[in-house]
Amino acid sequence: MAETKIVERKPLSLSERTYLPQIASGLKTTVSHIFKPSVTLQYPEERPPIPEGYRGVPTLVKDPNGREKCVSCQLCEFVCPPRAIRITPGEIVEGDEHEHVEKAPQEFEINMLRCIYCGLCQEVCPEEAIFLQDVYSLSGYSREELVNNKEKLYELGGTLPDEHFKWDKKKAAEEAALAGSHH
Amino acid sequence: MEISSLLLKVVFAVVMIVVVMTLAGYSVLIERKVSSWVQGRVGPNRTAIPWIHAIPVLGPFLTKLGIFQPLADGLKFLFKEEITPGHVNKVYYYLAPVIALVPALTTMVVIPFGQYTHPDTGVTHSLMLAPLDIGILFIFAVSSLGVYGVVLAGWSSNSKYSFLGSIRSSAQMISYELSMGLSVFPLLLWLNAPGVEGGLGLTAIVNYQENVWFIFIQPLSALLFLVAIFAETNRLPFDMAESETDLVGGFHTEYGCFKFGIFFVAEYAHIVIGSAVFALLFLGGWHFLPGIADPWPAGWLGAVLSTVWFLIKILALIVFFVLIRWTIPRFRYDQVMQLGWKVLLPLAIGNLILNAAILAFIDSP
Ligand code: SF4
Ligand code: SF4
Repeated sequence: MAETKIVERKPLSLSERTYLPQIASGLKTTVSHIFKPSVTLQYPEERPPIPEGYRGVPTLVKDPNGREKCVSCQLCEFVCPPRAIRITPGEIVEGDEHEHVEKAPQEFEINMLRCIYCGLCQEVCPEEAIFLQDVYSLSGYSREELVNNKEKLYELGGTLPDEHFKWDKKKAAEEAALAGSHH
Repeated sequence: MEISSLLLKVVFAVVMIVVVMTLAGYSVLIERKVSSWVQGRVGPNRTAIPWIHAIPVLGPFLTKLGIFQPLADGLKFLFKEEITPGHVNKVYYYLAPVIALVPALTTMVVIPFGQYTHPDTGVTHSLMLAPLDIGILFIFAVSSLGVYGVVLAGWSSNSKYSFLGSIRSSAQMISYELSMGLSVFPLLLWLNAPGVEGGLGLTAIVNYQENVWFIFIQPLSALLFLVAIFAETNRLPFDMAESETDLVGGFHTEYGCFKFGIFFVAEYAHIVIGSAVFALLFLGGWHFLPGIADPWPAGWLGAVLSTVWFLIKILALIVFFVLIRWTIPRFRYDQVMQLGWKVLLPLAIGNLILNAAILAFIDSP
């Protein structure tokens, strides 16, 4: 059985009932707070540290070689609950150094007026190309300004470390196979 | 009356209005700054006037202190959209802020704020706009008119919340005005004690305190008066007229932009005048310290110094007003009434009787 503790309520003493000593001690506390350093952040100049795994604005990232990772598979576009993403798939022209990659987006737009920061796009992307990063302060003067296009998305996203280098491996394997067939 | 002396009076009056209004405006800044420090914030520190901000060290320092913030606030009030609710009586609605401001500005004419010693004759007289013999009574009479502005505002805005706020304000006013007046009577008794050159004027009260301030000989009076001033200025813990928990915004719920600004300034002007009166009655007015009453040199320098010292006392009191705001939570309405009628009033009457008895004892041969 839970233990019950009965706290006795003492009647207030005379000095407590006159309030005045209480007010004086309260004033002391108030005054002492004046000389304490302020605890607030001067926002636009100082920014709070963003915790690991924070879901900020969705962005597109490049791999360490500077190649855009998105292959415009459009999975994120399909999964996005509020339909914030619009992708125009594009071919990679022949002779490009990334020719071995299947596809790349021609245009990639995320409408931040719609995005609900659910993170499903990041979850579903097979290429680890889209990430919700630490950008949290987003504003604009018009609706158009809040639609992030491809350029803006890469600018926001930057480069993230990548362990897979899937397409590079594929290219190497292809080259090796090609070299093998000559023998 | 000569035209030049009339002109001089007008100039003095304008200067006085400017000073009091500036003080009222800047007590808003004091309020904001001190509040922020108490709460561990920084407070207004960004508004800058470009040319002044460009001065090397001083400019950024002033900006950080928020010196220009009241200016920005005022401008913002001016350029805000003017909203008048549809169901109000426009005449009374617009009259209310004016009525709230007028008493606050009227009381200042009888406030002596410094002394001027004539360099040749050595005669000292106090600096004030209207040397009235019944100064303190005039202040009581006029400053209590301020509540009409509040009542009118609440009634004419045609909103239940505003109306309740203003009714509360007037009820509170009645219950504190009495103890306020009664708490000052002992001072006047001592002022007119046998063998003392008496009077009811504020100058007489200040001069009486040359050697020892009234706060030391009449601490109970000082305390009662202080509490009453808090209630009268609608400051926390007595801001029943605008308690947002149960009244939305109180009597000024329906007021916006500059009209609200005027209410605001009137409230702060009340605080300034109240602090001034408290300093005059209990803190020796422009006297330097108890014991060292008048180190002021003769002539205009002395006049300025004494005035500045008086202003410093007022500013200290304003800071005190702000500190109290963050110390005591708001009273409940019934507690306010209880405190007013059952505690302060009997205490004030008892204090008055006690002082009268002591005086009678001294007087009896
Ligand atoms: S975070 Fe959610 S809503 Fe935003 S773009 Fe990605 S899938 Fe769409
Ligand atoms: S971001 Fe990922 S999921 Fe979206 S289209 Fe590109 S590769 Fe596919």
